[in-house]
Parts: sequence; C-alpha cells; structure tokens
Amino acid sequence: MENLLSEYLPILIFLGVAVGFGLILLLSALVVAVRRPDPEKVSAYECGFNAFDDARMKFDVRFYLVAILFIIFDLEVAFLFPWAVAFGEISMTAFWSMMIFLFVLTAGFAYEWKKGAMEWE
Amino acid sequence: MGVPELAFYGFAVTMIAAALLVVVSRNPVHSVLWLILAFLSSAGLFILLGAEFLALLLAIVYVGAVAVLFLFVVMMLDVDFASLKANMSKYFPLAALIGVVLLMQLALAYGAWTSAPEARSLRDAPMPTAEGMHNTKALGMLLYDQYFLLFQTAGLILLVALIGAIVLTLRHREGIKRQDPMRQMARDPAKAMELKDVKPGQGLS
Repeated sequence: MENLLSEYLPILIFLGVAVGFGLILLLSALVVAVRRPDPEKVSAYECGFNAFDDARMKFDVRFYLVAILFIIFDLEVAFLFPWAVAFGEISMTAFWSMMIFLFVLTAGFAYEWKKGAMEWE
Repeated sequence: MGVPELAFYGFAVTMIAAALLVVVSRNPVHSVLWLILAFLSSAGLFILLGAEFLALLLAIVYVGAVAVLFLFVVMMLDVDFASLKANMSKYFPLAALIGVVLLMQLALAYGAWTSAPEARSLRDAPMPTAEGMHNTKALGMLLYDQYFLLFQTAGLILLVALIGAIVLTLRHREGIKRQDPMRQMARDPAKAMELKDVKPGQGLS
C-alpha cells in the first residue's frame, strides 16, 4: 500500500506545482497588472452594433445524442480494460462472458447504425 | 502527519468545497466546472484507498463524458437559471430541513451499524497485495466469471440506454438534401447529360 502510494508521489507533486503555478499567475496579474476599468471595455462588441440577443441559445438535441452514445461506448471500453489485463489467466467462462457482452453491445451498435443515429443530416 | 494524510485532507477539503460551490454558484456552467473538480478530487481519494483503476475510470468516464453531458443538458434546457437562483433564499428553510433530516438518518444508520461477523471472510475481493497482483488485474480476475450475472446486466443496461437515447432523441428532418456518395460515384456521362437538337426559332419544351 505504501509502495503503491509512493509511486503516485510524482503525480501529487506535479499537481501541487500545477495548482501553485496557476495561483501565482492569477495573483501576480492581480497585483502587478495595470487596471483602468471602463464600462466600454466589458461591453459586447459585435462589429460595431449592439448585441441582438442573448448568446445563450438552445442547443440541438443531437449533440446530446452524440454525447450519450459516446459515454456508452466509453463504458464498454472501460469494461474491456481489466479483461485485457488479466487475459492470460482468466477462465473460459470469463472469456465467453465478455464475448456475450460485446455481442449485446454490437447488436446495439448495429441498431444505431441502421437507424442512422450517427449521420449528421 | 505523513504525505498520504496531507493528501487525503487536501483532496477531501477540495471535494467538499467544490461540491458546495456546485450548489451555490450562480452560473450553471460554473456549477458543472466545480462538479468536475469534485470528481477529480474524489479520484484522488480513490487512489489513496488503493483503487487505481476506479480512480482513473472516474477521471475518464465522469470527467471526460458525464460532465460533458451535463454541460449539454445545461445548455440545452435553456432555463433562465438566474431567476431560479434569485429566490433561492425563499426555499432555503425547506432545503435546510431536508438536509438536517437526511443528516440525522445517516447518523442513525451509522450508529446502528454492525457488520456480520462472517462478512469479512465472505469478501471475494481481498485487497490486492503489493506483490504480483495489481488493482486492474485483480478486478479482471473477479468481474467476468464470479460476477457474471451483474456484468451481463451492466451490458444490458448499456444497451437499453443506447436504444432509449436513440428512440427518444433521434428525429430525421424531412426535406433535407443529403449527399449520397454511392449515387454520385455511380453516375456516368450517359445519364448525367442529354443532348437536344433544338430547331431554330423554337425553344425547348
């Protein structure tokens, strides 16, 4: 356990350095930078005229579909990792269990393809 | 206090602060960003527990995918969150009451907690020892045959999610000109154009 954690020490140090560096940059900007606030500086600039409406608008639902399909196959791959790492020592049951799992998701993939869910109009 | 303890307190404090900011920050997009910070610090806590695979999975799946999904949902709903947040103080007493009730339930459950004497020996997954077996491999040896049914159920749940997402959100729009590469490539000059002999003084009919 101690051994395992000591292997992660460089990552922890790196994390600390990253956070510290970011903080230093932000704070130095706060301390050193010249500041002359002006309402015109923060107003929206759209080629000279005022903004027509809010920049926040409805997202197309198709982005959501792409994202959720991505998550599903991301998880499928996540299940493959331990299987692949232990591949030399797993039983036949484990092998065929993964084959069934892959078959089920491949059926879903075929359905998705057939329905044209991956096409962008 | 050693480095692991310091790291634990650092991650834990970061996680709780980030979780608090998820709730109180005004901009929902900022909430999602704080949520990502909370996920990352809980990944750090997982590593401190020795669950490396789960920690990295948390980073990949939750930070990489679920947070993006939340961002999409926040942007897609197009609700005016500022006005919702404005009367948050009105709902604060009710929320505080529910929070206190939940906290007391947790305290009761924790106070009455006893583990069965044989539970420890029944565990299938002892802590992988430092020599030889690492975390991912220990999971791999266990998950696919000992927990066959649960694993297949996970696959079926993924399938249901896939089909459900497609059924609920997929609408093909009518009247959109699609490009069909096969048809384009199958064209030949004989079909593509036609020569007409136009008599003088007459147009094409």
